[in-house]
Amino acid sequence: MKRTYLFLIITAAVAIPALLLSPGCKPSNPVSAVEGDAASKVYVAPGKFDEFYNIVSGGFNGQVSVYGLPSGRLFRIIPVFSVNPESGYGFSEETKPMLNTSHGYVPWDDSHHIGLSTTNGEHDGRWAFVNGNNTPRIARIGLGTFRTEEIIEIPNSSGNHSSPFLTENSEYAVAGTRFSYPLDNQESNPDVAINTYKQNFKGTVSFIGINPETGRMNLSFQILLPGVNFDLARCGRGPSHDWFFFSCYNTEQANTLLEVNASQKDKDFVMAVNWKKCEEYAKAGKGKVSKVRYAHNVYDEKTHSATSTIETETIVLDPKELKDIVYFMPCPKSPHGCDVDPTGEYICGSGKLAAVIPVFSFSKIQKAIADKSFEAEFDGIPVLKYDAVLHGEVKKPGLGPLHTEFDGKGFAYTSFFVSSEIVKWNIEKLEVVDRVPTYYSIGHLCIPGGPTRKPHGKYVIAYNKITKDRYLPTGPELTQSAQLYDISGDKMKLLLDFPTTGEPHYAEAIPASLIQPKSVKFFKIEENNHPYVAKGEKEAKVFREGNKVHVLMTSIRSHFTPDNIEGVKLGDEVYFHVTNLEQDWDVPHGFAVKGANNAEILIMPGETCTLKWVPDRVGVYPIYCTDFCSALHQEMQGYVRVSPRGSNVPLSFSTGNKAEPTGTSK
Amino acid sequence: MKLNFLFPLACSLICLFGFSQCTGNTPAATTSAETAAADGGQSSVQDNDSQKDLVKVAVGSKDHTTLVTAVKAAELVDVLSNAGPFTVFAPTNAAFDQLPAGTVEGLLKPDKKDALADILQYHVAVAVYKPEMFTDGQIISMANGGSVTMGVKDGKITVNGANVVATVQASNGIIHVIDNVLLPK
Repeated sequence: MKRTYLFLIITAAVAIPALLLSPGCKPSNPVSAVEGDAASKVYVAPGKFDEFYNIVSGGFNGQVSVYGLPSGRLFRIIPVFSVNPESGYGFSEETKPMLNTSHGYVPWDDSHHIGLSTTNGEHDGRWAFVNGNNTPRIARIGLGTFRTEEIIEIPNSSGNHSSPFLTENSEYAVAGTRFSYPLDNQESNPDVAINTYKQNFKGTVSFIGINPETGRMNLSFQILLPGVNFDLARCGRGPSHDWFFFSCYNTEQANTLLEVNASQKDKDFVMAVNWKKCEEYAKAGKGKVSKVRYAHNVYDEKTHSATSTIETETIVLDPKELKDIVYFMPCPKSPHGCDVDPTGEYICGSGKLAAVIPVFSFSKIQKAIADKSFEAEFDGIPVLKYDAVLHGEVKKPGLGPLHTEFDGKGFAYTSFFVSSEIVKWNIEKLEVVDRVPTYYSIGHLCIPGGPTRKPHGKYVIAYNKITKDRYLPTGPELTQSAQLYDISGDKMKLLLDFPTTGEPHYAEAIPASLIQPKSVKFFKIEENNHPYVAKGEKEAKVFREGNKVHVLMTSIRSHFTPDNIEGVKLGDEVYFHVTNLEQDWDVPHGFAVKGANNAEILIMPGETCTLKWVPDRVGVYPIYCTDFCSALHQEMQGYVRVSPRGSNVPLSFSTGNKAEPTGTSK
Repeated sequence: MKLNFLFPLACSLICLFGFSQCTGNTPAATTSAETAAADGGQSSVQDNDSQKDLVKVAVGSKDHTTLVTAVKAAELVDVLSNAGPFTVFAPTNAAFDQLPAGTVEGLLKPDKKDALADILQYHVAVAVYKPEMFTDGQIISMANGGSVTMGVKDGKITVNGANVVATVQASNGIIHVIDNVLLPK
């Protein structure tokens, strides 16, 4: 293994691009990497439960997926930033507002990082937050329903990458702009030449307040920052509770060919933000109100409907004036990960192109600030002296460090993209103690509870970017590959490969016991406040408002009420408001109509969903239940008659209330 | 319809559209992580929140202990906990008592399991027949392959001559309580 590793260093040093392109460079023989008892360690027998939920971002599918650990079994894909025809998310009238933005309806995004809610720095199993990277957004998912409950757009941001990481009591989620740009403050002029980056492009990091009872988000304040790229972030813990740390690259302030131009300097920055001070200043009115536009979308579990509101103001704090809220710390070579250990004392920067992992000391940072141990200013913000804030460096840990997680036993685990490995090192001593290959090109990694005060440990999961020959091939496009390692002993042991959907970036894992007992089984029909609910078959009806036809329909095993509708005319918009009357776990009903230009709707027990349908021709159209609900699912169907414009067919509806004699006498 | 029926069943009926028994958000009794889901069939699913299924309704009825015993002996508990939809004609204990002495005991013997299952399946139709859907002379196919004849006279419903004395909705179907056991022809 060691020899392989040395070989890799040489190879990489000589020709990193060649390494990236070559499928032939494997860190070691994957067959020998697995020990004989691996299968029994990940085997979860039929009917048994996994120990952990693994909440995994979906990357370019814009969703979040839920796996079990250690089995690697996929349980659910939760639609968040992207439409999902399977459930009707983003297609139903109730969920369309969830995808509204200041740019209008945006039915896709790129979801990168998971932030599970915490209390006192430990998982509390209430919410999962996830960022939308492209049209900057943060979403909150309820871990009782595993549904997206809220999405807030981030103004003054382009590329919400360093997000949605949370403070220790989930006071705030953060959002740092990846792309600096001429901000969208409507009082400034964003129409500037691209090559005026240094003069006109700015960055921000935003703090989104989270209501401790409801989880509701609000944009509390933003910090105006020099034009650089903000990449990742972590909150302080314990003694560093009041602080937040962000990695920054492209301090060269390049606006083109960043591949080369953002790698010029020896050091970029890790930025330390005193968010408690910021909060005080914001409350004291020391921020400037800036005119912006952003959407705030909230899903109401009682009306089963989302609303979207456009907000128009944000409070911006300027660290050039508020001198004690932001400090830069030099960090080698385009840092990506910026991770804080469970004690809150150590902050690890992972320079993508660095040959060391610098570990900063929070107590040294505090002393350096007190001593004004500054080496320079960057756009009016003090830069602390590297040596004054450094705990030490892990020398030659591997190539292409990206992210670090912690086991709570004094060890850090860092992913290395270029050398395709996870390296375990001692935080205090800065010594590498173990390394394992990953297959291939690991990005993020996850230890259950790894970003909390009390990691649950036990496993580390690698989320690999390159799959190639790990599974049966499926043409040019391959599923992404995750790998599970046992970290309960001194040495990491590969246990399992499992495929993942989309392209997972960050993930968190949480003990099932924190979520499982709270899982909602159905929605209470008597609490359904949907404006078009039919709480029983007697409330089912069809009525017309101009050219809009509203169908208040019910579904229960195994029929719709009504299931025969006449009097719809060409030019009408038909709204099927379908209420699932079931009060039974895992009995959704689906609804689909021929020719609908959207999707099906999948209605949970007790819920009402609405599908809009504009028939394009005269005829009789079938409707049916799309979810195999019962033995007579295939009988769960009906018809809608569409007559020509101006037809005198009256609006009528029915469901056979007299059963015809069936069957034959024995 | 004579509502000389049971308190638990009435409760279930009321519960269908609301009141406090069906709780969506309160934690259900669950097993802890790493422990097993039950190894049994659907009847062993731990769920105290959802509306009761046919079997749970019957188990909650003091007047249907014989029926429940028979359903267990015929190994039909999981079947009747399935998604359905079912219509069950549920004879009361008194109805079973009207059979010739020793009949029930005989049917409960292991070697009579198939005969018992045939009789019980003769009480089950796959589809939900609400009281207002019955017509006089209507023939309904039953799960055992046989069929029954409905009677509707003066607002009273009978099945093969047995009186329907109460109706209870369950999550996976409907129960019509009857005062005689139906015997396959």
